[in-house]
Amino acid sequence: MLRYSIRRLLTMIPTLIAISVIVFVIIQLPPGDYLESHIATMQAQGESIDQKKIAFLREQYGLDQPMWKQYLDWAFGFMQGDLGYSFEYDMPVNDVIGDRMFLTILISVVTIVFTWLIAFPIGIYSATHQYSWGDYGLTFVGFIGLATPNFLLALVMLYFANVYFGTSIGGLMDPRFIDEPMSGEKLFSILEHLWIPVIVIGTSGTAAMIRRLRANLLDELGKQYVTTGKAKGLPPGKLLRKYPLRMALNFFVADIGNLLPSIISGAEVTAVVLSLPTTGPLLIASLQSQDMYLAGSFLMFLAILTVLGMLVSDLLLAVLDPRIRLQGSISK
Amino acid sequence: MNQSTPRHFVSEEPFDPYSVEKLSKNQESLYLASQWRLMWWKLKKHRLALISGFILLLFYLVAALAEWFAPYDLHTRTRFIHAPPQAIHLFHEGKFIGPFVYGYNFKLDMNTLKREFSPDKNKIQPIRFFCSGDSYRFWGLLESRFHFVCPSDETLKYDPGIDSLNPTPTYSFMSKPQAGELFLLGTDRLGRDLLSRIIYGSRISLTIGLVGIAVSFFLGIVIGGLAGYFGGWVDALVQRLIEVLRSFPEIPLWMALSAVLPVTWSPLLIFLGITIILALLDWTGLARAVRSKLMALREEDYCTAAQLMGAKPGRIIGRHLLPGFMSHLIASASLSIPGMILGETALSFLGLGLRPPITSWGVLLNEAQNINVVALYPWLMLPVVPVIVIILAFNFFGDGLRDAADPYKN
Repeated sequence: MLRYSIRRLLTMIPTLIAISVIVFVIIQLPPGDYLESHIATMQAQGESIDQKKIAFLREQYGLDQPMWKQYLDWAFGFMQGDLGYSFEYDMPVNDVIGDRMFLTILISVVTIVFTWLIAFPIGIYSATHQYSWGDYGLTFVGFIGLATPNFLLALVMLYFANVYFGTSIGGLMDPRFIDEPMSGEKLFSILEHLWIPVIVIGTSGTAAMIRRLRANLLDELGKQYVTTGKAKGLPPGKLLRKYPLRMALNFFVADIGNLLPSIISGAEVTAVVLSLPTTGPLLIASLQSQDMYLAGSFLMFLAILTVLGMLVSDLLLAVLDPRIRLQGSISK
Repeated sequence: MNQSTPRHFVSEEPFDPYSVEKLSKNQESLYLASQWRLMWWKLKKHRLALISGFILLLFYLVAALAEWFAPYDLHTRTRFIHAPPQAIHLFHEGKFIGPFVYGYNFKLDMNTLKREFSPDKNKIQPIRFFCSGDSYRFWGLLESRFHFVCPSDETLKYDPGIDSLNPTPTYSFMSKPQAGELFLLGTDRLGRDLLSRIIYGSRISLTIGLVGIAVSFFLGIVIGGLAGYFGGWVDALVQRLIEVLRSFPEIPLWMALSAVLPVTWSPLLIFLGITIILALLDWTGLARAVRSKLMALREEDYCTAAQLMGAKPGRIIGRHLLPGFMSHLIASASLSIPGMILGETALSFLGLGLRPPITSWGVLLNEAQNINVVALYPWLMLPVVPVIVIILAFNFFGDGLRDAADPYKN
């Protein structure tokens, strides 16, 4: 197990390096840099520009360095926790990101738990009652969830939550709590706002998961050991719990890897609509204003989050399924 | 009479030894049917997939003939701003008139400054069919004014009849400037007909999936084919690349890439750019499928035979290996079209994808971005209906196609 974990951890390193290169290339791709677009705006406003100051800023941020040098500075800084400097906010990226990252993680985790809680029973029901009306109905609802664009669902739910429950529009808490320290009331307000993004982001993931769980469980249910169990006279509930369900559970854990990218994607778009204080709205703004270090840090963080999620799911899977960790240790 | 029946009967007729091997007409057609024909037979049994396929065809037909189906031109602006959808009526006060709509009564609420439209029962506007309306260039080439449906060019003014002795109402025609309007799905903030815009938008939204899938299909086959056929370090490299790409959350990466597209590009270039961006992340699944299939197939005897005869890798992959599972590939490709359509919609909604004057469903939904729309002009969210329908249809059709393409499934 230990060997497998180490191997798995080591393979993450090249992946992360590759991701960081891709991220860096992407944020460098737009022609010009932040200073150039900044100078253009200043000139448009008729303000004079001090060439010396520009040169100083350019040097300060290393914008005059060759590309590979900039990349190395950025990558090493990133590893030491220095995320660079946000031009637009005029402060270190660390401060801008602050607890936005934390909230993104919080929403993602709650969404995953929500997805599981919903998808698991429904998937089992659909598989054990294949082709029943319940199965058709639930599958259909799942499909609708899959096909409805997240952002629109968010908008509609926001409206109805406001009309029927009086929840304040947008944000993750009532405006009056924003700068207050944590309290019971504030927590309640957060919970009151949290369920909308969770449901909105969760729907598409839930639908996909129900479909996959159903297919997997159906495969298992058709196998001979199930027939044997039935022939032996095992009660259906016990038979289901003891064997096929455990097999399907493996896959359930493995699915985190699939689920996470889609949840984070969904969270970004939904956050823009709901104006949640997460990474989504800032990421878009920073991409549009070429605030490269901020955008880069966000992209990198989201990618790391996904990679970590996959790592967790792989490790859990190895705990559950001996075949995986044994295969891992036998080097071919 | 007790004539014993012969104990042994031998037919006098000449015996044709091949007759037992002869196939009946039905069998013959089954055994000789091509792979595609078999697929079609199986697909025919899948009711839902068939219906979905029909719906898809219908949508693409409408998209292709958008100019004919749309009652207005894409950019026609009217003085009706944020007008709600009109309902089609057949009867007016028990009298059959044919399909018509009631004209609007316009009132500006001086307290809220909200424009209020209400149907005016006195304005009866019969819908015209196969008629001439807004002029357009069909596919940008042919100038024409033909539409399937147009707003009426006259308003029947309903006069209840002042003379009480003569209870039959009279209809009189209003003058030309009072010509009718036809906004079955309402209008947007510039007074443009939403139905027409949705129909025109389908052109972009539906082609983006097809073009994107074509690009990703090509990438997937070439890259997956190389990895699967050669194995070794090529395979390892491709596998790592796929892993890296898959560990990116899609939408943030799409967002970053589409932010790269210069603002100065023409709308058409932006359209192509967005399509390629969508395809750039999508080929990985296909490449994996191609790779694993090729890994198994390249060990087959017929592949070795081709190699011994001196065929080049390109020919072996393209001529001998790929056709074996092409149908399966197409089926799974059709399942990733909805993801692309949703992706474009999301990007355009965020303002990072296509921009006006190009009109796609996502661009239309971009106008429904704030909560006011939900509260005041909910019909602006209608473009989401075709999005949902088309995505469901692609999903069901793709599922059916995949089942039909699987030779081991009955």
